[in-house]
Amino acid sequence: MIEFESVSKRFPDGTVAVDDVSLVAPQGKLTVLVGPSGCGKTTSLAMVNRLVDVTSGRILVDGKDVSQTDRVELRRGIGYVIQHSGLFPHRTVLDNVTTVPRLLGWDKTKTRERAYELIEMVGLSTEQAGRYPAQLSGGQQQRVGVARALASDPPVMLMDEPFSAVDPVVRSSLQDEFLRLQDQVGKTILFVTHDIDEAIKLGDKVAVFAEGGHLAQIDSPGDLLAAPADGFVASFVGRDRGYRRLQFLPSDGVGVRSAPTARIGDRALDGWTLAVDGDDRPLGWLAPGADSVSQDRLEPLGSTFTKTDSLRAALEAVLVSPAGLAVRLDDDGCVDGVVDHATLAEHHQASSETADSGQESR
Amino acid sequence: MDWGWIVDNRDLILELLIEHIWLSAIPVVIGLAVALVLGVLAHTYRWAYPPLLIVVGVLYTIPSLALFIVLPVVLGTQILNPLNIVIALTIYSGALLVRTVVDGLDAVPPAVRKAAEGLGYKRLTRIVTVELPIAIPVIVAGLRVVTVANISMVSVGALIGIGGLGELFTSGFQIRFVTEIIVGLVLSLLLAVTADLLLVFLQRKTTPWDRLGATA
Repeated sequence: MIEFESVSKRFPDGTVAVDDVSLVAPQGKLTVLVGPSGCGKTTSLAMVNRLVDVTSGRILVDGKDVSQTDRVELRRGIGYVIQHSGLFPHRTVLDNVTTVPRLLGWDKTKTRERAYELIEMVGLSTEQAGRYPAQLSGGQQQRVGVARALASDPPVMLMDEPFSAVDPVVRSSLQDEFLRLQDQVGKTILFVTHDIDEAIKLGDKVAVFAEGGHLAQIDSPGDLLAAPADGFVASFVGRDRGYRRLQFLPSDGVGVRSAPTARIGDRALDGWTLAVDGDDRPLGWLAPGADSVSQDRLEPLGSTFTKTDSLRAALEAVLVSPAGLAVRLDDDGCVDGVVDHATLAEHHQASSETADSGQESR
Repeated sequence: MDWGWIVDNRDLILELLIEHIWLSAIPVVIGLAVALVLGVLAHTYRWAYPPLLIVVGVLYTIPSLALFIVLPVVLGTQILNPLNIVIALTIYSGALLVRTVVDGLDAVPPAVRKAAEGLGYKRLTRIVTVELPIAIPVIVAGLRVVTVANISMVSVGALIGIGGLGELFTSGFQIRFVTEIIVGLVLSLLLAVTADLLLVFLQRKTTPWDRLGATA
């Protein structure tokens, strides 16, 4: 757990980088610090491993005041990932990953085994262990940066815009992989980004910083989108926050109706027909007007959703379905029912009303 | 060309060549050691760098012949002591290399330095094991200039009696014997080219990571 207690940072020239910030980054969770440039989020991060010292207030890592801990010792106990990876160009991937264990004087064999394990965990092959950073793509370099930060298995990690310098497609896959990795390792992470979409996607908690280094709001992504604390947060989280918020609302309460299914070779139904195979797995949609269901006349299914998906996934499935019906699948991938746009909208309205009244009673 | 003279005097020529090698090599080694210490200090304590640059600039403008003649007076050494040449060239080498070392350290990418600091390197360990190795290509570029310059400057020492292959020039001029001058000239050139190639080879061996960017 990382705790900020009334932390401020004033530089000698008088500028206030961080202004009386108090927040808690809970154990095993990913807390994102997000905000426009110059809002103090990077300075806040740098104060945790004492690359910058606080002017007033305290920062506690797992209950210990960082200012009472030796800088070097403190840093070796905290994973650190930065933009542009900061890999050591003169060392191989393996030697980069083993940096901190070697600084700590760990056993060599143990260190190497751990490094190979991590290299695979972040999605690189062990053949790449002997390569130099210049031989890797930007995305691969960031993966090595993550592996290096995890090498000594620190409980706490600091990540300073780690995915900002790679192109959007690579960034998105790095984010997905990182979320999977975090599911396995469960580190307490403080993550800085200027990208609100990244913050919403990755964060268990999101802290929005405003200019002048003050913390405008800290909340779960869903609550942040539903109830921005002020105009600044509302404008920062963006215009389509209503749509994005759907991602944090469950779809399991949506009333589905039974699907108009038929098998290949059967007579077509009135209206749209959902073609299924012998196990009730969906094959595609058949437009109204056909006599019988034939494979070559099917239109693509589009996306589907399951009970555990969000309302956003359900809405997406409605929007891309040629029939205007989203297909819900059960755990075995069999058709469970369909839902149309109107039903989804009603469900959304009903659940928003309960959520709002819940909001007020808090 | 008097080929017979070369054969007859091969022992002398070899002796002068060897003298030339160590007169030019030792100052490079000591100069590099001094430059590394001063360069790291100037890089760490930034305020010290501008005055240091002025000092090394002044040192470098002293004409070599003047230094060869003044040093025995200052050091109390005999005029024919090779130490005079070694010390004079060490001053020049060090003066040139300080700037190179600082430039090399400045060329380390900020993200690399920041990462090293954040991962928990102590300052000196960081400079020695991360920053200096990354600075090798820049430092070797400086070493090549200094080495070749030393090989040429050792010959000036012949004017005061100690100058390796340069002594072949002075004695060749005195007795108007062209072969001796040509031998001195060709061997100096060969020595410079060989030393330069050796440094290039050493750099390739120590920095296998440096030429990979283009293939990535």
